[in-house]
Formats: sequence, C-alpha cells, structure tokens
Amino acid sequence: MTFRLSSDAVRLAIPALSLTLLLSAVFWLQPRAMSYIGLNLLFNLAVPIALATIAQMLVMAVNDLDLSMGAFVSFVACVTATFLRDAPAIGILILAGAVAAYAALGVVIHLRNLPSIVVTLGMSFVWGGVAVLLLPAPGGQAPDWVRWLMTVKPPLAPMAIVASIIIAVIAHFIVKRSSLGVLIRGVGGNQRSVERAGWSIVAARATAYALAGLFAVLAGIALVGLTTSADANIALRYTLLSIAGVILGGGEFIGGRVSPIGAVIGALTLTLAGSFLSFLRISPDWQIGAQGAILIIVLALRLMLNRLEKREKRR
Amino acid sequence: MQEQFHSSRLAGRVKRFAYKAIMRERDMKIRKMLLASAAIACAAMPISAFADTSTKKIALSNNYAGNSWRQAMLTSWEKVTGEAVKAGVVASADAFTTAENQATEQAAQIQNMILQGYDAIVLNAASPTALNGAVKEACDAGITVVSFDGIVTEPCAWRIAVDFKEMGRSQIEYLSNKLPDGGNLLEIRGLAGVFVDDEISAGIHEGVKQFPQFKIAGSVHGDWAQDVAQKAVAGILPSLPEIAGVVTQGGDGYGAAQAIAATDRKMPIIVMGNREDELKWWKEQKDAKGYETMSVSIAPGVSTLAFWVAQQILDGKEVKKDLVVPFLRIDQDNLETNLANTQSGGVANVEYTQEDAVKVIESAK
Repeated sequence: MTFRLSSDAVRLAIPALSLTLLLSAVFWLQPRAMSYIGLNLLFNLAVPIALATIAQMLVMAVNDLDLSMGAFVSFVACVTATFLRDAPAIGILILAGAVAAYAALGVVIHLRNLPSIVVTLGMSFVWGGVAVLLLPAPGGQAPDWVRWLMTVKPPLAPMAIVASIIIAVIAHFIVKRSSLGVLIRGVGGNQRSVERAGWSIVAARATAYALAGLFAVLAGIALVGLTTSADANIALRYTLLSIAGVILGGGEFIGGRVSPIGAVIGALTLTLAGSFLSFLRISPDWQIGAQGAILIIVLALRLMLNRLEKREKRR
Repeated sequence: MQEQFHSSRLAGRVKRFAYKAIMRERDMKIRKMLLASAAIACAAMPISAFADTSTKKIALSNNYAGNSWRQAMLTSWEKVTGEAVKAGVVASADAFTTAENQATEQAAQIQNMILQGYDAIVLNAASPTALNGAVKEACDAGITVVSFDGIVTEPCAWRIAVDFKEMGRSQIEYLSNKLPDGGNLLEIRGLAGVFVDDEISAGIHEGVKQFPQFKIAGSVHGDWAQDVAQKAVAGILPSLPEIAGVVTQGGDGYGAAQAIAATDRKMPIIVMGNREDELKWWKEQKDAKGYETMSVSIAPGVSTLAFWVAQQILDGKEVKKDLVVPFLRIDQDNLETNLANTQSGGVANVEYTQEDAVKVIESAK
C-alpha cells in the first residue's frame, strides 16, 4: 500500500461516516430538512452540545471525567439569563469566577490526588444549588447580543453549521496545534515523562480545567441564546451527552487521545440521531434504547477499525 | 389439583372472552355516540369548520408519560383525535413524547415538528421558559402553537391555563351555599413548595376573605396522597374545635374522611378531588345517610380541548392567547355517572368536543 492514512484520520473517518449516513437518512425521510432553514433547525441545538463536548474532551484529555457538566451549563444559563443581561459587569465577573473555580478544581484534584468523578459529582450539586438560588422559578431573558448571535443568518451556510466549523477549528488549534495542547495531551498520555521534562503538571491540569470551564460557559450562553430564557434544570442531559459525544468522535477515556473535530462531529451525530428516530416515528418507549443502539453500532465499528489499525502496525 | 388448575384456567379463558365481547360492544357504542355528537356539532354550526382544516396536520408534543394522569391524557388524545381524523376534520394528529422529560430534548422535538411540516403543535411543556426559542421558531414558520397544562411564556403561543386559584375559591363558595352560617374549616394542602399548592391555597384564603363567616382553624400538608393526608389530619384533629368543612386539593379527601371517621366527630363536608376512591366513599355515604358534597379537579382530557382549540385557530377563528380550562366539577346529581366512567384507581376524566372548545373561546372574549 502506497497510500496511507494517518491513524488520526482513520479515527475521524468513522464519526464522519456515521454523520454522513445519518444525514442522508434524515434527508431521505424528510426532504424538507435539505435547506438552509432545515439544516439550522436540525443542528442549532447541537451548538451548545458541541461546546459542552469540547469542554468534556479537555477534561478527558488529562484522564479525568467531568460529571458536573450538565449542572454547570445550567448554572451558566441561569447567570446569562439574569446577571449577564441586567448587570453585564457582574455577570462577566461571576462567569470568570466560575472558570477560575474550574481551574481550582483541577488543582485540588491533582494535589490531593482525588478521583475526578467524585469531586465533579459533588460539584454538580453545588452548581445545581446555586442555579436554583439564582432562578428559583424558570425565567430570565437572554441578552440581546446573545440572541442575535444565535439567530444570525450568515450567507451560504446556516448559523449552526458555521458555528460548528468555527468551534471545531478553534478547538483543533488549541488541542492539536499549540504547545499547550501537546502538554495537556501529554499529561493524559504519560504524566511522568512530561513531569521529568520539567513541565508543571499542576499548571497543565489547571489550564485544561480552566479551558473546559471556558467552553462550558460558552455552551451555557449559546443555549440561552437559543431558548431565550433559562431554567435551573435546563441542561442536565449534557453530562452524558458530552461524554458520549467525545467517545463517538474518536476520543478515549484515558491516554490523552482526543480529537476536537471528532468531538464536534460526535455532538452533531448525537443530535441528529434524536431527530432521525423522531422522523422514523419510533415510540418514545423505544427511543432511548434506539439511541443506545446507534451508539453501540458506531463504537463497534470503531473497535473493528482499531483492530485493523493494530494489525497494520504489526506488519 | 391438576383438574382444578385446568378448570380455573378454562374459567379464566371464558371470562376473558366475555370481557372482550363486552368491551367490543362498549367501543362500538362509544364510537356511535361520538359520531352522533360529531353530527350534532355539524348541525349546530352551519358554517362548518370541517372543510377548511381537513388538510391540516396537528402534532402533540408531550414531555412526560410516567403517571396515570399523563397516561389518561394520552389515551384521551388518541381516542378523540382518532375520531376527528376519521371524520376528516384534520389530516393527522400524531402524539410525540420525549423520553427523558428534558427541556432541551423537547426543544429539539419541536424543531423536528417544524421540519415535518405540521400546521399546529399542541404542547405540554417541560419548562415554561426553556422552550421559548423553539416555540418562537415554530411561530416564525407559521405554525400555531397551543400550550396547555405545562404552558409556555412565549407571547406568540396560545395558553390553556388552569385557574388553580379559582379552583380553591370555588370550594369556599360552594360551602357558603351549603353552610350559610359558616364555621371552622380544615385546609389540606398539597406538596410544600410546589407552585400548584401555593395557588390553590391562595384561592382558598381569597374565598375565606370573600365569605368571612368561615375561618380556617387549621391547615396540614397532605401531599396529594390519601395516606399522608390521613396521618396529617389524624394528628391535627385533637387540637381543633368543631369542623364544619374540609377544603382540599385533590387526592386527599378520602384520607381525611378516614381520619375523621375514626373519631366521634360529626362528618364535616369534605370537598373531594375526583379520585376514584373519593367518589366511591362519597357514593357510599350518600346512599347511607344522604351525605352531600362536591368534587373538583382538572380532567386529563384537557389535551383534547387543546386539540380542538388548535383546530379552531387553524380554521381562522379569532382566539385570545390566554384561555382558561374549565374544571371538571362533580355534584350530587351527576356523581353516579362520573363514578361509573372512572377507572379503578384513576381520576374522573372528560373528553372535550369541538363545541366545548368553541364555548371556551367565546367565554374568553
């Protein structure tokens, strides 16, 4: 074989393929979706999910798992719909504080050698509680600029597609092209060797968490831009969706093997899977199961490909 | 032993067969009745709406199906819209329920409905605010959105709301007719901290202000459950003076009756909440000693009212954005019929007709 794909490209091939397959199935079922407005309707709710998935991916890059993602995005949504509109300065301060809290979490988890699952699970109750305190009853209103940003109609491609591409490109540059990204993935891959090379692991982990916090904040803001107002429980499903998105997009739980472009594609695929099942008129009792089945099929495909990849290497 | 087993199985089979035959006959009757009522509706409205909406598609977006009230709501929807589709009133009326009862999931569901080309969306929302973006999107696409029970605040949607305050106030009004001299009342509240509990209770207190001959002597939380209410009432009873009436929120009247029956107090007028056990107890008391009360709650069939309202809007009728659901009130004279129609362990239900919707729309003007 003269033509060889890099292993990263192979990893991306499966999610891209499944997205294409699902998309053509949806177009076949519902030709109306094949338009500017149709694509936007299909994918606009995937934008906050994609941002949350990138956030989760950054945490997973350092071998941790964030179980507070959904609660945190809900909290950010509540801040966006209240403070960020009525008192932007205080709102920005609160959100900056939240990002700092994420960085602090990274430090605590590293220094005390705590399991991230336990710490973030605990934090999910903190974020949830603060969200309820901020917005005891559903309400609030999205700031006008956020609303404008999420409903803008760019030429050529709808907002949802443009936003997804921008998110994927920016995340790709941070994680794959910058030295910071290499460091973060290095912590996940082989912490000891990174340490021996003279890098501060604490700083790397804190940065990864802070970046995750930043992307999660963006997810919350984007979500409120779409829904126009908030609810303390608005994004609880994002915790599992974001993890599934990372895995679906070719990431791994350990080893610092993550793919930002894959993660965005994974988020889009998950959103599309829901629409696909709805267009198929599958009864809600079966929908969760069917969604799981799609996940399992994609993962099985990837496992097969991984095996092929290994066999190639052995030769 | 073996023979006994066989014979009991046979008996079971015979029973099942008979039951099926009865059910089939009942279904036929209901169908005939519905067709007849549809015919009456046709005759009553010379400018018939049928032709204009016959190509329209209506979807139900529902966030949750996990309790008996929601199940009854979906069954009513299926039954009434099924007939409407058969009669050619609308082209289709499909029900969708989200699997995880989450706002973002339902928002995606609504956006899918826009793509599927529905003309109207009838909505029981997971959140009053978190779906506003998707609802606005639907309105912009020219889709009629009618929310009920779980309503949305987006101004472009219609709301069929429950006037819980009036539900509380009407209980005191009823008691003022039965007990012109007034007296002490015991209030049984619902689950603390839930919006519905606050609203009904506020209505009751408003009613007491309106009819000052009544005084609320005590109040307990019954959590809308008979066993909780029974314990709570039994606990507060010794500290209370003579009670003339008990005002409730539904699901707690039977428990209160049990607690009071265990003492030597005179049975006060207990307002019921349309649950089957409450109606049954009332019927027993009525037959035994002419006990009189009333019962009030919201019928799960309100989904069918929302359906007809959506159909009327599609038909071009001028409809105000905020409508109020009529309560399902059961009185002394229609107790038997309502009890007969209520499933064991269920809630009294009523399915609305196009005429009912027209009435609700008219009364809002």
